Formats: sequence, C-alpha cells, structure tokens
Amino acid sequence: MSSLQFDIAHLLAGSLVLASFMMLYQDRLYALLNVYALHAGVLALSVAWQAYVQQAPHLYLTALIALVFKAIIIPVALHRIIRRLGIHREIENVIGIGLTMLAGIGLVALSMVVMLRVTPGADALAREDLAFALSVVLLGLLIMVTRRNAVSQVVGFMSLENGLVLAATGAKGMPLVVEISVAFSVLIAFIVIGIFLFRIRERFDSVDVQALDRFRGERR
Amino acid sequence: MSIDALSAILLIPAVSAALLAILPGYRQTAKLNVVAALATFLTSLSLFVVEPVSGQYLLVDDLNKVFIVLTTFVSFTTSVFSASYIQHEIETGRLAPAFLRFYHAMYQTLMLAMNLALVANNIGLMWVAVEVATLTTVLMVGIYRTHEALEAAWKYFILGSVGIALALFGTILVYMAARPVVGEGLDGMVWTVLVKHAAQFDPALLNVAFVFLLLGYGTKVGLAPLHAWLPDAHAEGPTPISAVLSGLLLNVALYALLRFKMMLAVNSAAIAPGPLMVTMGLISVIFAALMLYRRRDIKRMFAYSSIEHMGIIVFAFGMGGPLANFAGLLHMTMHSLTKSAIFFAVGHIAQVKGTQKIADIGGLTATNPALGWGLMLGVIAIVGLPPLGIFMSEFLVVSSTFARAPWLTVILVLGIIIALGGLFLRVGAVMFGEAKGKTAPAEASYVPMFTHLGLVLMAGIYLPPALVTGFQNVAKLLG
Repeated sequence: MSSLQFDIAHLLAGSLVLASFMMLYQDRLYALLNVYALHAGVLALSVAWQAYVQQAPHLYLTALIALVFKAIIIPVALHRIIRRLGIHREIENVIGIGLTMLAGIGLVALSMVVMLRVTPGADALAREDLAFALSVVLLGLLIMVTRRNAVSQVVGFMSLENGLVLAATGAKGMPLVVEISVAFSVLIAFIVIGIFLFRIRERFDSVDVQALDRFRGERR
Repeated sequence: MSIDALSAILLIPAVSAALLAILPGYRQTAKLNVVAALATFLTSLSLFVVEPVSGQYLLVDDLNKVFIVLTTFVSFTTSVFSASYIQHEIETGRLAPAFLRFYHAMYQTLMLAMNLALVANNIGLMWVAVEVATLTTVLMVGIYRTHEALEAAWKYFILGSVGIALALFGTILVYMAARPVVGEGLDGMVWTVLVKHAAQFDPALLNVAFVFLLLGYGTKVGLAPLHAWLPDAHAEGPTPISAVLSGLLLNVALYALLRFKMMLAVNSAAIAPGPLMVTMGLISVIFAALMLYRRRDIKRMFAYSSIEHMGIIVFAFGMGGPLANFAGLLHMTMHSLTKSAIFFAVGHIAQVKGTQKIADIGGLTATNPALGWGLMLGVIAIVGLPPLGIFMSEFLVVSSTFARAPWLTVILVLGIIIALGGLFLRVGAVMFGEAKGKTAPAEASYVPMFTHLGLVLMAGIYLPPALVTGFQNVAKLLG
C-alpha cells in the first residue's frame, strides 16, 4: 500500500474522531443532528476509501448505506420528530462542557494506548483504524452518559455505531460487514421509530430521561 | 438441500412466526403457538439421535445440545402458560386482540433468534442472532404501553444496544487476531476454525477482545454492574416474557460468553478468563442478594434473584474444571426451570390480585392454595433448600470450589444466605398472614408450573445417569 493511500485513510478516520468531538460540545438538538449528519458523511467517505484500497466492492454498499440512511434519512426524520415534539431548544448536559471535553481527550488517549500496544503484529492501517474506531466508540458512550435528553442519547448511540462500522471495515476481508451494517441500520430505524411511536413526548411531556425515572415501578 | 433437524429448529419458528403474524383469532393462534413450540422441542430432542453435520454457519456439539433442549423445552411450557395468561389479559382488556398477533409472531421470532444464536458456528451470525433476540424482547416488554412499560423498554433498548455494540467490537477484535493465522474471509469468523488455531493468535489482542465480549454479552447476562435494565424489563413486560427472559435469554448470552471462554482457554499466553468471571459473578451475587431486601414489586424481586443466580453460574464457570463446570451447568438448568415456574405462579397471582405490589398481596396459601403453595415450593427451591435441585447444584458449586478458593467460596455462601433471608422475609407475608386483595379463584393452567417444579424436585433426589454422563462430557469440553 502506498503512503498516500495510508495518509488519506488516516485523515478520514481522524476526521471521524474530530466530528465526535464536535458532537460533545453542541448544546442545541438541531446542531447536534447536523454534526451527526457530517459524522455519517465522513464515515461514508472513509468506508468508500477502504473499499477502494482493499479492492472490496461490497464495502461500497456499506458506504452507500452510511451516506443515504445515516447521513440523510435519519437526520431528516429526527429533525421532523424534534419539530413535532417541540423540543428543539436545549440539551441539558449532566456535566459541564469543559469537563466533558477533558474526559473525551482522556478517552482518546486511553484508546490509543490500549489499541496501539496490543496490535504490534497487525498492519499499520488496521492498527490506526482500530485505535480511531475505539476512540469514536468511547466518545459515543461519553455523549450518551452526559446527555439527559433521549434524542441526544440516540444520536450518541448512532455515533458509537459509526465507530463500529469503521472498525469492521478496517479489519481487512472481514465477512458479514455489509450484513452487520444492515442489522445496525434496522436497529437504529427501530429506535427512531420507537421514539415516535412510543410518543415519549406525549406520555411524559418531555424527552428528558430524568422524567422517565419518576415512573420507576418502586417509587411511591 | 434436505431438511435435517438442525435447520428444522430454525425453520419451524420462522414459518410459524410468519403464520402467526397474519392469522386472526387469538384462541387458535395461541394453540398454534403451543404446537409450534412443541414441534421445535421434539425436533431438538432428535438431535441426540441423529447428529446433523455441522457446517461453516451452523454447528451442533455436546455443549449447545444441552442449551437447545433446555431452551426449546422451557419455550414450550411457557407457551402453554402464555395461552392461559393472555386469555385473562384479553378478558380484562389489558391487551387488545390486535396486539396478540404481534405478540405471538414476536414470541416465535424470539425462539428463532435464540435457537440461531445457540447453533451459530459463526461469531458474526451469533452476534446478529443475539441482537435480534434483544430487539424482539424490547418490543414485547413495551407491549402494555404504560409509563412504566415504556420506560423499561427504553432503558432495556439503550443498555442492550450498548451491550451488543461492545460485543461487536470484541467480535471484530477476535477476527483481527485470527486474520494473520487463518487468513482473510469467512474462516476468520468460524468458531470451530478459531478454536483450532487459537493457540497461535496474538494473546494481547485476544485479551482486549475478551474484555469487550465480557462487558458486551455480560450486559445481556445481567451481571452487576451492567444489570440496570434487567429488573425493569422483568417487572413491566408480560409475565411469559419475564419467564423466557430469566429462564432462557440470560442463558443464551452466557452461552456466547462460554464459547469465547473456550477459545481463550486454548491460548496459554492469553489471560485466564476465569478470574474476571469469578469477580463479576461474586459482585452480582452479593449485590443482588442485598437488593432483595428493599423490593416492593414481586416481579422485580424475582428479577434480582435471577441476577443472583446468574452470578452463581458465572462464578462456577469462571472457576472452571470438570466439577465446577458440571455444577454450573446443573445450576443453570435448575435455575431456568425453577425461575420460569416461579414466574408462571407470579403471573397468575398478579392477575388474580390485580397488582404486583408485595404489600397488597397477602394470605395466598389460604385464598389460592394451588398458586400459593406452588410459589412457596418455587421459592423453597430457588433459595436452595434441600431436597430440591438447586440445593444440589449450589452444594456442588460450593464443594467443588471450596478446596481451591476457600475465601471466595465463603463470600459466595454468604451471598446465598443473605438472598435466602431476603426472599423469605418478603415472600412470608405474601404467603401467609391475613388475606389481602381480591380472592377470586384463578383460571390458571397449573401444568407447566408443576411440571417444572416436579423436574426440579426429581433432580434434587435422583439424577438419571444418562444426564450425568452427558453433563460430564460437556463440562470436560468447557475445560
């Protein structure tokens, strides 16, 4: 593999981590969704590049799913749901943005240390890819735990899932990648439909998960 | 391709799920559900007679035969219970008949997903099956559309999704570890190939992979501190689903974990998975035992008891060795049978009394003797009193590990005793004392409950030698 190919793959995977960081400090739902669309777009580019480098045509399908489903359909659908539910204004963070960013930097450092140390045998591209992918996964988890709002938790989960697709495409020749990305899309579609069908807004008057907590079966 | 038993246990639920999704009329469809579950169970028995050929995608060996037979048997008895349960739900109007079509289709889809996870020889396929099983149970937990049910379903959804996401990352890492040795493509995900070559895999990568797999599938097993979804999902869903969740789905996730444990055991340079599992198991036992004291909802209480027992099972498998593995397998079987029997009883009790709150239920042995004494017998079994099966398996777990790790075993026994106290304290008032709540006789089918309890009692007194040798073989496989 030429060094240019490696550099471009590296650049795209790095951009994905950067996009995850951008999601960390968004304080409005619409903005968060836009950054997520960007995140999915970068993923699509990255997967397409892997498909080209590895000469694995089936990965183009995964890239197409990322582009059409994740970067366009899901953000548009969530936009509409947010407007219908009237919750576009604010996202309540559990901890401050400064601390969240620091925690994010810590997580990225952690995943670099862990992944680069345990994969000396693997080829350079796969190694870096895995390290970046783990960063994206951990940052997605961070988004999920620092947000109280159900929609932004879902967005956090979807960014986490993008990290997994990055890891799966980086592992050269891995079978079932397309099937797994389809399975994940089904899962996400269910979640999004779930927000809407369960009418969390109507039921609870808020998509704030704290409000859900009131209904714990055991509190009297 | 001719249809052998292996594909039949997948085809029967798949076809009946499709049929049940379109057929109207809940009486007939409930019967069809039972028939389909029975057919799957009988087919799974035939696996012992004629062993089908394993391929790159599907696999049958001694280990998963045990799981498959247990799964299909409890699925069948639960479908019998479910038929009488939903009839009551329809009559009281808690469930609309339209929802039943969905419910039955989902029930069979769940059977399909669990069977597929158990027979999958491909770790990617296994992951997909566990995901589908999660999704179907999420949909069923939320079926009542109440505040609590939606919250439980949502929590289960989010935590379960994070769990399966972590498991997928672990799966990818396993593939990465395998690729330099077995080459690219399908072979890198076929479990039998992986086990054969695991000794040459990079141990560091395998270690990290196992941590992710343990966290991911461990979420689904309900190990503390990843258990948060479990009590809610058990308490708010329909009771047949609580029975299947506790009795079967937790086992399926555990089975996935065991497969990876077997793979790691081949590689001597990789970390031993045992200590990690032992630690998580013990934490779960102690935590769940303490949580039992403050429960006010009867279904939540037994959900915490499931966490405790999964902890004991994971502890036993974590200790390893033929004896502890045997004890773990036996305990898993006994727990599945007992816990689902308890949920059968609890389901009917909640229907009779119209509530799940422990404070509002009382004097059951006087008002509904069959249900009351059935539950009592189940509780006596689940806390591990002789002469029932769980006493025997817990005794085996403790005695097989005592010589190797006395302190750990002391902690385990302490947890079991604390749990015993908690359960009896809470259940005592429900059983005896003054009668509270409605006293209408139950229109229950007692057959599934007493069948399970009878089997547990029998296992406590006499284990058939064929079963013992079978379990011993599997225990040897587990290493």
